[in-house]
Amino acid sequence: MTEKTTPLWEVFIRSRTGMAHRHCGSVHAGDAEMALQAARDVYTRRGEGLSIWVVPSAEIIASDPAQKDEMFEPTASKIYRHPTFYEIPEEVGNM
Amino acid sequence: MYTQALNARDTEAGAVEDADRVAAFQARVDAEEKIEPNDWMPEGYRKTLVRQISQHAHSEIVGMLPEGNWISRAPTLKRKAALLAKVQDEGGHGLYLYSAAETLGVSREELTEQLLSGKAKYSSIFNYPTLTWADIGAIGWLVDGAAIMNQIPLCRCSFGPYSRAMIRVCKEESFHQRQGYELLLEMVRSSEEQKEMVQDALNRWWWPSLMMFGPSDTDSQHSAQSMAWKIKRFTNDELRQKFVDATVPQAHYLGLTIPDDKLSFNEATGHWEFGEIDWDEFMRVIAGNGPCNRERLAARKKAHADGAWVREAAIAYSRKRADRREAARHAAE
Repeated sequence: MTEKTTPLWEVFIRSRTGMAHRHCGSVHAGDAEMALQAARDVYTRRGEGLSIWVVPSAEIIASDPAQKDEMFEPTASKIYRHPTFYEIPEEVGNM
Repeated sequence: MYTQALNARDTEAGAVEDADRVAAFQARVDAEEKIEPNDWMPEGYRKTLVRQISQHAHSEIVGMLPEGNWISRAPTLKRKAALLAKVQDEGGHGLYLYSAAETLGVSREELTEQLLSGKAKYSSIFNYPTLTWADIGAIGWLVDGAAIMNQIPLCRCSFGPYSRAMIRVCKEESFHQRQGYELLLEMVRSSEEQKEMVQDALNRWWWPSLMMFGPSDTDSQHSAQSMAWKIKRFTNDELRQKFVDATVPQAHYLGLTIPDDKLSFNEATGHWEFGEIDWDEFMRVIAGNGPCNRERLAARKKAHADGAWVREAAIAYSRKRADRREAARHAAE
């Protein structure tokens, strides 16, 4: 048998105009068009979305959890990046 | 998002696991943090989840057969459309669950192979036949009802992809349960003959539904570790008791009798007490010798074998189109 495995695709759906696409799951399909159709059938049958993106799973590169300290730590120590670091006199009002 | 490359099995699999890593993992679980596909996890945790999630997925797929049996014979167009939608949902649940299992580094093809070879199990309930239309209602009410009892705690399971799949599944299962119960309600109100049909369905599905919660706590192999890892949140017997407490009043509302002469309400504990499950029957069904085990597996095998050329055609076509796109790009350059 010459059958090869069917590729995996990640599915992103935007629920309303103005919202971002959100990852909602994955499907197996031979090509992009069939992946779109499968995603439509599986994930949008109850009005969940207005737009679908499908991406081959193999194309996605994820951050490594082992490096999460180096990756994400700096924000907390750099308080000048946060709006609460800057004091505005009360008389000035909301800013 | 779940890249497969990073999810390849740990190269040290089989080696003794680092006690510090195991302790750090347990601490995260105890702190109710979600474990994600790229995080380190003990090999036992990974294996348990692959087993549980894939068998859950297989159950959704095999579960399409007993109900699908009545699609062409549904008594009204409304019921037929609802049944079609429901079976379509079950197929979708299978897909979400296979996706969740794949984040653990197995392929859907491997899992399907395990189902077809009989190596992997699926829920014992789907080895019972659907003999009348009332069985379709009983499956919605009891089988989907039992599934919800099992699955709601799984929405808080420690493994992120599984818990997220369960949230979607539970929404749809509760809709299935309601439509099943309403179907039975309409039948018991219609005629004596239809009511008898419903009682007969309850008689045949009650005990198999209780068996869906698995062996009793004293005999369950996986319970203690699964509880510690927060894959399971309640024991089999706890969930079974919740199901009985919720379901008995629903049966009484339909004017039905539960086929258990030991059933009685305990005022002191507030629980319904029920008779002993026929564990010999349960073991027989699990071992492959229930009423429909062979038929169910044969149907899945036939669909897989007969569909092989269609899958090959789809892959060949996508390869051909990719080659053409490539050639067109070269020509344009």
